[in-house]
Amino acid sequence: MRLIPKEIESLWTLFTAPTIWAVHFLVCYVLVAVYCEKAAAAGFTFAQMRLVLVLITLLALAGIALSAWLAWRQWGFGSGDPPHDAPTQEDRLLFQGFATLLLSGLSFVSVVFVAVPLFFIETCQP
Amino acid sequence: MSIHSERKIFGRLQVVLPFLVAGCAGRQSALDPAGQEAAEVYHLSVVMVIGGGIIWLTVIGLLTHACRRRRSAWSEEGAGRLIAWGGVAFPVIVLFALLVYTVWLMPSIRPWLGRAVAEPDRIQVIGEQFWWRVRYPAEEGLAGFETANEIRLPVGERVVFSLRADDVIHSFWIPSLGGKMDMIPGRTNVLSLLPTKTGVFRAPCAEFCGVSHAYMAFSVVVMERNAFDDWRRKQASGNRPEGSKGERLFTHHGCVGCHSVRGTTPIAGLGPDLTHFADRSTVGAGTLANTRKNIERFIRDPSAIKPGAKMPAFDMVPPGDIAAISGYLAGLR
Repeated sequence: MRLIPKEIESLWTLFTAPTIWAVHFLVCYVLVAVYCEKAAAAGFTFAQMRLVLVLITLLALAGIALSAWLAWRQWGFGSGDPPHDAPTQEDRLLFQGFATLLLSGLSFVSVVFVAVPLFFIETCQP
Repeated sequence: MSIHSERKIFGRLQVVLPFLVAGCAGRQSALDPAGQEAAEVYHLSVVMVIGGGIIWLTVIGLLTHACRRRRSAWSEEGAGRLIAWGGVAFPVIVLFALLVYTVWLMPSIRPWLGRAVAEPDRIQVIGEQFWWRVRYPAEEGLAGFETANEIRLPVGERVVFSLRADDVIHSFWIPSLGGKMDMIPGRTNVLSLLPTKTGVFRAPCAEFCGVSHAYMAFSVVVMERNAFDDWRRKQASGNRPEGSKGERLFTHHGCVGCHSVRGTTPIAGLGPDLTHFADRSTVGAGTLANTRKNIERFIRDPSAIKPGAKMPAFDMVPPGDIAAISGYLAGLR
């Protein structure tokens, strides 16, 4: 028995990667904004917070990669060519797998882009 | 193309080009930087334009290739490869490189040390419809002072501005020295600039603020430290009463109700401070050249020159008196 079934007939799998991207974006911006406002009261440094954000970024990327792999599997590892537009159960699943894979790619790149400032911003603006 | 028509085009280019390029230099140009931040912005623009030009040429090249007459069909695999590399990989790599470059450049375009300078040590600039109130802090035994529509700075020294607005949103922008920053009622924004060349520059309001928005500008004079110190000393000590007819009429007709000439009149803060007015290059916040004739025109009917100006028309004042007042102002050195 598989831990995650091969074919999930739900649109939710399609949204997984973009949702991770959105949550990662919010966490990065909200955490830095709140930290910099309350830095004096916080029990940790900016560098430590940056490290936590790097870990969160890696987790987000891993989640998106998993979503991409599941989608790739649902798409039959590229065995058939798009556009998968026949009115059949099989094509619906393949189409969903292919679309999820593309969205995962977009989300992966976006999370990397969102994380770029983490490597350059070393302190809160006084 | 014949040699004759080539020459004709080249000849026309020679005529037109100087006019096009003339817009790139001068007192109000981000393409002719005179400050560190402006130089960084210029550098970024050059990189972007060159990068954009290369991409444009590539796309047009591909388009020309696709439109040529004798063409053979691409295999589906080949077309898919072109889309994957040209449409996905290339933009991702280029955008990533540009993002890294601009984020890396950010601290030098907008230095963060502004807020490290305490509020009393910053030059305060307050945007009002449609002029600029400028307050210099006290420094080395010299008192602080207020002036208007002109900012003077020492070359090679970092300055920090506190930017505010009293009525609507304005935007503080000295294109030759750096990027712009909004002035928002109820907020204090901090901007730090480092002028690197001496000269006189023009700074327009960069956020639409009402009917005379286009007539709201100030001059920036970047000078050597010694000259700046002399100017500062002179400003801090104000003007001396001269007992002239123009000075008396300035009080008699109520100008002193809104304008100060420090050292001679009671302090009034409603309108622009006019101390050492003759040293400024413009009348009406960058609207007219500072000549006696233009001062007269402005006093007679400010709204004819600057629609929406809060100063009322003084066309009921006898022309002789207006001439005397403008003579007095034109002599305030």
